[in-house]
Formats: sequence, structure tokens, C-alpha cells
Amino acid sequence: MRFLRVTLVPRRVKDLLAGKVMLLLTVLAALLVLVMIIGLYLKSKPVLDSHSLSELLFSTKWRPFRGQFGFLPFIMGTLWVTGVAIVIAVPLCLLTAIYLSEYAHSRVREWVKPLIDILAGIPSVVFGVWGMLVVVPFIKDVVAPSFKVFSTGYSVLAGGIVLAIMIFPVIIHVSLEVLRAVPGEVREASLALGATRWQTVKRVVLRKALPGVAAAIVLGISRAFGETMAVLMVVGNVPKVPRSVLDPAYPLPALIANNYGEMLSVPLFDSALMLAALILLLVILLFNIVSRSILLRVERSIR
Amino acid sequence: MDRRFAEERLFKGLMILATVLIISSLVLILLTVLLKGLPYMSLDMVTKTPQGGYYLGKGGGILNAILGSLYLAGGATLLAILFGLPVALYMNVFSRPGARFVGACRFSFDVLNGVPSIVFGAFGFTIMIFFAMRASLLGGIIAIALLILPMMVRSIDEVLRLVPHELLEASYALGATRWETALKVVVRQALPGILTAVLIAFGRGIGDAAAVIFTAGFTDSIPGSLLRPVATLPLAIFFQLGVPIPEVQGRAYASALILTILILIISLAARLLARRLTRHVVK
Amino acid sequence: MENRTHISVQDLNVHFRSEHVLKDINLSIPDRKITAIIGPSGCGKTTLLRSFNRLIDSTEGVRVSGRVLVDDENILDPKAEVTHIRKKMGLLLQKPYPLPMSIYDNVAYGPRIHGIRERRRLDEIVERFLKKASLWDEVRERLSQPASALSLGQQQRLCLARGLAVEPAIILGDEPTSALDPQSSQRIEATFTELKRDYTIVIVTHILRQARRLADHVIFLYLGELVEQGPAWDFFNNPKQPMTREYIKGLIS
Repeated sequence: MRFLRVTLVPRRVKDLLAGKVMLLLTVLAALLVLVMIIGLYLKSKPVLDSHSLSELLFSTKWRPFRGQFGFLPFIMGTLWVTGVAIVIAVPLCLLTAIYLSEYAHSRVREWVKPLIDILAGIPSVVFGVWGMLVVVPFIKDVVAPSFKVFSTGYSVLAGGIVLAIMIFPVIIHVSLEVLRAVPGEVREASLALGATRWQTVKRVVLRKALPGVAAAIVLGISRAFGETMAVLMVVGNVPKVPRSVLDPAYPLPALIANNYGEMLSVPLFDSALMLAALILLLVILLFNIVSRSILLRVERSIR
Repeated sequence: MDRRFAEERLFKGLMILATVLIISSLVLILLTVLLKGLPYMSLDMVTKTPQGGYYLGKGGGILNAILGSLYLAGGATLLAILFGLPVALYMNVFSRPGARFVGACRFSFDVLNGVPSIVFGAFGFTIMIFFAMRASLLGGIIAIALLILPMMVRSIDEVLRLVPHELLEASYALGATRWETALKVVVRQALPGILTAVLIAFGRGIGDAAAVIFTAGFTDSIPGSLLRPVATLPLAIFFQLGVPIPEVQGRAYASALILTILILIISLAARLLARRLTRHVVK
Repeated sequence: MENRTHISVQDLNVHFRSEHVLKDINLSIPDRKITAIIGPSGCGKTTLLRSFNRLIDSTEGVRVSGRVLVDDENILDPKAEVTHIRKKMGLLLQKPYPLPMSIYDNVAYGPRIHGIRERRRLDEIVERFLKKASLWDEVRERLSQPASALSLGQQQRLCLARGLAVEPAIILGDEPTSALDPQSSQRIEATFTELKRDYTIVIVTHILRQARRLADHVIFLYLGELVEQGPAWDFFNNPKQPMTREYIKGLIS
């Protein structure tokens, strides 16, 4: 039987064809981000053409009916809520990740990990419902009175607490992976010198894992930036720059989600909302690219 | 010397405290939803669509939203498999091992995975405007499919990476093409993992609200066509909560309970399936 | 009886990234004999074997030059069609890798791919090759069970049956007994001795005694170079190269 320069049998053709189609699909899927940026940019072009970028980003005047689109209250709202969430989440998540990686028995780890997966799977609306039922009243009745201020409870703090819980899984998951990737010899070397476990963690393990942990936190921040429904339900949605954590806020994603009904009836409104989505996308892309690059480097350094 | 151990003890205590706190937040959420939702649960909730005056506290249920969510997430999952599985197979079977292109794709999918659902919703909306489509089941399916595609690709990809390369070689050595090897050997070996990935994506599709606000619309009837608007559970919860009538808000809690149970069942099924389907898996 | 050459290698060079793994290899492998490729680990034995059915193609960063003639045709020709080359050669790896399917489907996998669909013919093929691999008696009652449930030794014989079922002319074995217990190894070796009536067999081994027991022809590689090749009796009893002598005595490994 000759096997050289065999004429293309059907199964070879199928293989070649499948390869080409799959390559095409892969390229298309990988380029989806670019397509999204272009699509959103084209839709937000009208508002970008008629307003200066600095006006859009730094004006506090949000009056769509008069054609004024100042995003500052929303940008600040997003930053406040995210800031609170990170302040709450980071210490808790790092302590948990270190505990699970360095101290806990593997059986404990096997129990806790699925629970964190479940937490990650809970839909954001359910977080929102919980926030309205538990966090908002708690702030209104307990937190605000103890500072002798009035608050409806719908506030930056409420949004931050709910958001913190929502980003627990991301930060724990990624930092746990990073910590587990630190080779055991490093720990043993330190322990053998008479260091305690905590000293070893603090001086050696954390130092090695620092870039990866930073990446985990950045991933958490970017998740917090984009979270919509849960935050929207507890944060009050008042388009003013918040002055304290007990003030209401109006983050960008909430702005987009809340106004889908009216946006087509007011000129430029839809364009402004698409711009908000574009801003969100670009900022989150930046954060993601930074943290993924760090993680990639961490992964390579281990191999 | 003493201070060293005091510090050790202090931090260990803090760590355990943090872990307990995080786990109890999960328990607290589940308990709240259960306790608040249970009193308003009824057979009507899961078997009837909203009747006249439902949002004023009259009879009916949210069957429209339950079915709507299942249709929508089901359609989106199918669409995402249709695109995602070939992509993952390409990256692991067809491309040269270690190709830079594959690394770039993985990176791109990881980044895409971090894009929030509201942005997918907005992007889906621009697509729909472009094609002059109205909010509909199809629009929602497309938006959710885009949303879950990157996570589906990456999780299937991770599963396929674990398939031993020798298995592929064994198939090649018998004269199989890459396509035959991919379909008959790789997919079969990775099936449990693939199904888990698919179910997790399905769960995320059911739970997501922000991507469907613009694209799927809302309706009180069960969807009859791809081009009609469709109700979804998260939005049903959201809308009912917005009505200042205790009875309707109570149903919102019950709806949240239904959604949570649905999600828990799916994630449980994912775990069990992964264990069950290992009959033929080689290791 | 004069030996007919089945595979002949001419000026084969293989680079792996910056490493020169095989250097100017020239050799010939006789038809219907057992040829053993021996040498210390890392000397390029496996690479040589994998260049015969072009599985090296799928390794990252590999460059190959030279000619490998099988039945007088150069399989390294970029235009050569790999699936047909591979159909000609059955491959056994160090560890058995049954495909993720039943015992029956494992053996039927190759024939099905190459177009055999009728159940009766497949039944007949499966039985014939399971017998050839001396596995039939152990599995005839449980053909539909997953192949992964077999013992390692049985799995390796299943892999042999699977390879034979595409009716190759050549069997390539990459240390095919190294993961097996002594008894299973013995069975595989016995099967090889039987199979050499119909097949050209090439095995890579680092066990000298195995090469002595099985081989009709020996190829000795050291650090990517061919040191000596020849009929087994001459090779072991009258080696020409000093390096071969030392290797046989166990002075280098």
C-alpha cells in the first residue's frame, strides 16, 4: 500500500476542515473583547462628539433631560462602594486563605472549599435580597444611631458589605492557589531554623506569594467594580457624590441597569449609558490584564 | 520568646475567626432566604403564571419566570457549548503543544471572564439595535451565551489539559486523525469534567440578571417563541421587591428561595455527575 | 536466508530546541525479526522510535532532517500522510493507555476509524486480535466492561491487540514491559516471540537481559549517536566497539 501523497480521503478532509473551522471559532472568541469595545464605542460616539471627555468624567451634573451627562457622582459611587468592600474583604480573605493553606488540616480544606464555591454560585439578586433584609435594617437601626446620624440604611456601607461577601470567593480562591504554589521546601527551610509557623508565613511564604496575592486583590476589585444587581438593591441610588459611608451612592453599573427603560426616549441618553458601559469595560480590562499578567508570571516561575 | 508564641496564637485565632466569619456569612444568607421565603412558598408559586392583579397581591405564581430562566439559560448553554467546546478542543488537540497563540487565547478568555455581566448586557443591547431586534428570548440567549462563553471555554480547557498526552498518541498511533481523536477519545475521557463545566455555566446563566435586563425583557406569560420577551427569575424577584405590598414582597422572598434551591441543585448535580460518569475514564 | 530490510534510516538528525538529540543516524531494521534499541536513558532511543511513526511531530520545538524509509518510501517527506504511516505501525507505550471505552471498543476503535462498520466483522476482528495478544480467554466474558478495569498487564496486552487490529506490518514498543510485573512482562515477551513470524518488531529497552532474550538484531545508541548495530549473537558475543563491550559488562549505564 502506498501511503505517500495519498489522495485526500474524506476523513482527512473532515479533519482539515474541522481544524480550520475550529481555528476560526477560536480566533473569533478570543477577539470578542475587541468587538465589544468597538461596538460600545460606536454607540457612545454621539455623546462623546457633543460633550468633552473632561465634562463627562468630572462634572457632577446629571440631568439627562437637559443633555447634561456628568458621570462623576457615579464614578465616585463605584469607588466608594468598591473601597469599602475591599477594606472589609481583604483582611478576612487573606487570613482565611493563609489558614486554609498553612494551618488547616486537609480535611478542613476539603470541607471549606466547596462551601466557598457555593458562595460563588449564589446569584447576585439573592445577595441583594439578603442585603435588603439584613444589612440595610442593621445599618439603619444599629450602625447609624450609634454614630448619632440618620440613615435609611441604603448606603455605601450596605453596598460595601454585600459586595465584600460577593468577592470573598474570588480573592480566597486565587490567593489560596498562589499560596499553595509556594514550594514546601521554602517553609521547611524556615521552620528548620526554628521559626514559628506564623513567622514562616509572614517572612517567607507571604513574601514569595506577594505578587500573586496582589493579583488576587486586583481581581477582587475588578469584580466589585462591575457587580450590578446586588449593589443596586442596597445602595440607595442617589446621584450625588457620597461624603460618608452612611450616605447613599449610585455606582455606574446601577446607573446602566436602572435606566434601560427610559434611555431610548431621551436624546443621547442611550449613548451616555453605553459610554458608562465602555468606561466600566475599559477600567475592568485594565485591572484584569494587570492581575492576569502577574498570575501568569507567578505560574511560570513555579514551573 | 514568649512574644513569638503570643503572636502565633493571636494570628491563628484571627485566621480561624475570619474563616468562621466567611462561612457563617454563607450560612446567614441561606438561612435568611429560607426563613423569609418559606412562609410564602406555595404550590401556586411554581405551577401558575401571574394572574390578573398578581402584583397587587392577588393569585398566581412565577412559573413564567422559572420556565423563562430555564429556557434562557438552557439555550445560552447550548449555544456556548457549540462554540466553546470546539475552541477548547482546538487549543488542546489541534494546535501545536505550547503554541504562543494558545497562550494568548487563554489570556484573552481569562480577561473576558472578568468582564461584568452588565457590560455583556449593554453589548448585547447594541447588537440587538444593530439587527433591529426587540428584547426577546433570543436576545437574552445571545447575551447570556456571550457571558458564559469565556468561563466555559476556560473550564473545559482546564479539564482537557489533564487528559494524558499518551492517550492522544495511542489514538494517533492507530491512524486516527486529530478530529477523530478529539471526538472519540478526548471528549470521552474528559466527559465528567466537561459536564461539570457546562452545569456550572448553566447555573451562572440562570442566576444572572444584569445581562438580561436589556436583552430579554419581561412578560407574565410563558414564552412561546424565540422572538418574544421572556421573564427570568432574578428579574421577577427584583420587580416583586419593588412593589410596596407585603404580600408581593413576600413572594419575592419565596422566588429568591426557589432560585437559590435551583442553583444549589445544579451545583450538587455537577458534583455528583462528575463522580458518576467516571466509568470509562482512564487513570 | 537473507534478511530483507523493512525500515532504513538515513542521516537522521533530530534537534529538540537547542539540543541535538539524534546525530547522523544510519541503520536498517530487518523484516520479521525483533530488533532491540538499547542504550542508557536519555540517549535518544525513544526519539528514534517515535520518528518511525512520526509521533515526534507532536512534540514541542522539534526539528527533524534526514530520511526514514519504510518499504522504500520516505515517511519524513512533509507530503507524506501521517495517518496512513501510523496505521502501518502498532505502538506500545511504557505504561498501557487504554482508550476511555469498553474492552471491545478499544480493539474495534482502529478498524472502525478505517471504515469497518459491520458488527459481525468487528466481532470477528476483536476476537482474532484479542487471541493474538493472548488476552481472549481472560476477557471473553466481559467485553463490554471498561478497559480501565483490567490489570496493568492485561491492559498492555489489550493495547497490543488494539494496535494489531489495524493490521500493521510493524510493531513498535517503547519499553513496553517496564511498568509491568515480571509475570506480565513474560507473557508480553512470549507474545512478541510468536508475533515475529508475521510482524517486524522494534522495541526500546534499557534492560540488557531482555534484549538478550528477545532480540534478533540490536541497535546500541549512546548520547544520540549510533555506536553499534548488528545481529544479536554477534553483538553480545563479539562486540566490535569498546564502548559496546563496556556497556554489556555494565560498566556504563
